[in-house]
Amino acid sequence: MRNNTVSMNLNLKIWRQKDGKDKGFIEDYRLDGVSPDMSFLEMLDMLNETLIREGKDPVAFDHDCREGICGMCSLMINGQSHGPEAETTTCQLHMRKFKNGDTIVIEPFRAKAFPVLKDLIVDRSAFDEIIAAGGYVSVNTGNAQDANTLPISKINAELSMDAAACIGCGACVASCKNASAMLFVSAKVSQLSLLPQGQIEAEARVQSMVNKMDELGFGNCTNEAECEASCPKGIDISNIARMNREYLTASVKSQE
Amino acid sequence: MVSHFKKVLTSSIVKKQLMGVTGLLLCGFLLSHMLGNCLMYLGPEAFNTYAYTLTSNKLIYVAEAGLLAIFFTHLGLAIRLTIENNIARPVKYYMKQNSGRGSNFASSTMPYTGLIVLIFIVLHLINFKYGPYYTQAYNNVEMRDLYRVMIEHFASPLNVLWYIFAVLSLGIHVSHGFWSAFQSIGFNHPKYNCILKCTSKAFAIFITLGFSAMPIYCFLQGGH
Ligand code: FES
Repeated sequence: MRNNTVSMNLNLKIWRQKDGKDKGFIEDYRLDGVSPDMSFLEMLDMLNETLIREGKDPVAFDHDCREGICGMCSLMINGQSHGPEAETTTCQLHMRKFKNGDTIVIEPFRAKAFPVLKDLIVDRSAFDEIIAAGGYVSVNTGNAQDANTLPISKINAELSMDAAACIGCGACVASCKNASAMLFVSAKVSQLSLLPQGQIEAEARVQSMVNKMDELGFGNCTNEAECEASCPKGIDISNIARMNREYLTASVKSQE
Repeated sequence: MVSHFKKVLTSSIVKKQLMGVTGLLLCGFLLSHMLGNCLMYLGPEAFNTYAYTLTSNKLIYVAEAGLLAIFFTHLGLAIRLTIENNIARPVKYYMKQNSGRGSNFASSTMPYTGLIVLIFIVLHLINFKYGPYYTQAYNNVEMRDLYRVMIEHFASPLNVLWYIFAVLSLGIHVSHGFWSAFQSIGFNHPKYNCILKCTSKAFAIFITLGFSAMPIYCFLQGGH
């Protein structure tokens, strides 16, 4: 769809923070001539080019693929993770969703487990630690097998695939009022426990991943579903329910 | 063994599950309390005899102890979870907006509606259980005239309004809590999700209307 507005003038309120120890503050910027066809990150690139030309420190933000698949981009845009659009990453959000003259507040994802490194960049390695605690299959599955030697029900294959769509961006933690990581962890737990290869270690996995999540200081879920609403990949909170019941049964059956 | 038990009980998931189970048990109490109190519509004798039968049974102490244990588990966990959740985000957002696709008024006000209910319960016990003690005899059995306490209390419109406000908060609390308990325990299935959510809302409305009708009825009696 062509947008008739030639260009937009924006007021930006951006979180600036030198490093992890700095207190940080909101700085106001004025950016003129933004094309509605730009992505949100291209708009930030444009701002940074201006800042560099003026000899100022550009705004640090995370990004990589810029096509909604890597999960590197983040940002709280006007108080919502990845901005106002449903199932959209920041890199896939277009400026045509905003109006000329708008004020846009841009902050980093906030959680105790996601400390700010600089400006809008946060350290999300807590997610890697959770994966390292059990988010894998350690049995050797050998070479690729013939098709259909391992029967999997269609429903489970699809549910597992849906859960595997998680790109680990952390938007769920950022938008949760409790900074809980339940949606992320439950997606990883579900993705593996729904498949026969993952079932062998399912009980140990859910326990160690949840214990790791708690240890890292994420909050407790209160079933508000803001995570699901802000998830760029539309991960469903039924995964959280699955993890809840798997954790409960695994704890009861545990040999420890 | 002990350390496993401790880890499980303090895990974020089991804490929420205990919260849900105690909440559901409290819902059961609410329902029985409301249905029992409906005997007031049959007049003072039916209501007072009901209260007398309940309180003169020695098992009431066991039941009350159980209820207290459930209540304090729910309350204690609520305080603990709220504190932990606050710690989980030490630096707050400059601007935070809900998406409009997830949380609702009931879900985002749970600690506040819970607090209102807590204050209400304390006052409720002071006003009724530990309130004025009148006696009345039916068929030569002397018993407490709780009916009169109730009628006198609700002669004041302020008491009626506060009661309805508190019960409304309770209804809002329950409308999220009931469904939420099932989600925490692990019940979530496209086949019955709709029924769960609808039951949650219907139960909340039933409880709110049922309890609200009582002070209004008493008020309309004009203090006698
Ligand atoms: S930059 Fe890869 S998902 Fe946005």
